[in-house]
Amino acid sequence: MLELLQKIYDLGGPLLLGAVTTVEITVLSFIVALSIGLLFALLKLGAPKPVVWLINVYVEVFRNTPVLAQVFIIYFGLAHTGIQVAAIPAAVIGLGLNGGAILTEIIRAGLAAVHKGQREAALSVGMTPWTSLRFIILPQTWRITLPPMGNYAIALLKDTAVVSAIAAPEIMFYARNLVTSTFDTTFIYILAALLYFALSFPLARMVNHFEQRQRAWQ
Amino acid sequence: MEQLLQVEGLHKSFGSLDVLMGVDMALERGQKTAIIGPSGCGKSTLLRCINYMEIPTSGHIHLDGELFGEKKANDSFTRMSEKELAVQRAQIGMVFQGFYLWPHLNARDNVAISAIKVRGMSKAAAYELAEDMLEKVHMSHKADEFPERLSGGQQQRVAIARALAQEPKLMLFDEPTSALDPELIGEVLKVIHELADEGRSMVLVTHEIRFARDVADRVIFMGDGVIVEEGPPSEVLENPKNERLRGFLHQIIKPE
Repeated sequence: MLELLQKIYDLGGPLLLGAVTTVEITVLSFIVALSIGLLFALLKLGAPKPVVWLINVYVEVFRNTPVLAQVFIIYFGLAHTGIQVAAIPAAVIGLGLNGGAILTEIIRAGLAAVHKGQREAALSVGMTPWTSLRFIILPQTWRITLPPMGNYAIALLKDTAVVSAIAAPEIMFYARNLVTSTFDTTFIYILAALLYFALSFPLARMVNHFEQRQRAWQ
Repeated sequence: MEQLLQVEGLHKSFGSLDVLMGVDMALERGQKTAIIGPSGCGKSTLLRCINYMEIPTSGHIHLDGELFGEKKANDSFTRMSEKELAVQRAQIGMVFQGFYLWPHLNARDNVAISAIKVRGMSKAAAYELAEDMLEKVHMSHKADEFPERLSGGQQQRVAIARALAQEPKLMLFDEPTSALDPELIGEVLKVIHELADEGRSMVLVTHEIRFARDVADRVIFMGDGVIVEEGPPSEVLENPKNERLRGFLHQIIKPE
């Protein structure tokens, strides 16, 4: 028993260090993805056709290729052209761009789900299109998109594992290093998985909680 | 009496479909006009053109002596910016068939938000105004409720309060009772009747012929995108000259 605790203590240290990076990459990627998603979803509503076309190309490219390939292209591909991007920024850019494509679609669908009468009512009382978006449309879009956005955040947290492939020092990166030095494969990966669970589960509960609270207005 | 609204040569087409084909109408301050007609005759489109919810294909609107939605320079007309248009729209209250209360705001906030965000009133003043407007529509007791928890009739009354909070020069009602269960129509008509009695200027698209007769001082019958007959309700509704109007009234008012 004591031996087991000692083992968890020895292995847990580096894994926890990795967990800090995992959270960091998740949060930063989510911010990038949300900014892109919101901007592009809004642009799709009213931008000139060529812009909308470019956004559609972006969405389809990033939605239909593996995020690992995208991260590799950013990390190794850019290095090849002389632009050196460190592992964590490369991970954030790759996951952020990938998530941007997903959130563009989620937010676009959310905007489309708000009845057009909602906007007309806002314009009729003298709101500008911007004020109507800000105070009438987006608050409703937010409520509609919260569940899929929460699911995306949870998926993102776990998907950060792929960036261990470019040596970003997150949980799986440390886990693999530990496996190489100790050969305690099963134990280490179970520990790593538990760590992901410990991060992800509260997030999932939080999403549920917000969803329940938002339902109060219905 | 003073002219409040003037509609001149209004045309509106959606693609190849001509919905309005030259409509002229005028409204004096304090006047109440009811627009009736078969579905698809363009009556709702006419109403929606008055506050530029639909942009007219051609023709002009004047509200209170001011050109609406457009600017005129050297005899040519240009569209207003959205910002300028918003300022003008604030002068016209609109009540929709589908209510369109904002579901994320309670009744009080639905009524108060335009005062805060459009007119820049303080929250306290806006809530006081909202309180007064909700009282006008007999909904003070539901100020804290969200739209979802209100009946259709109650929602429409809050929507009327929301429009009243703009302190508008003109009220537009677009079939305000058509989406309501029969037993809820009365409470909404009662509120509109009370507003009419206050001397408010209004244009009302409705299927309620009896209500139109009671409330309006002018009735317009539309057919196929033009005004077919208009005049005081006693003439238009009781002694219709036009054959189509007679047929329409006959269909709507079932013989007793």
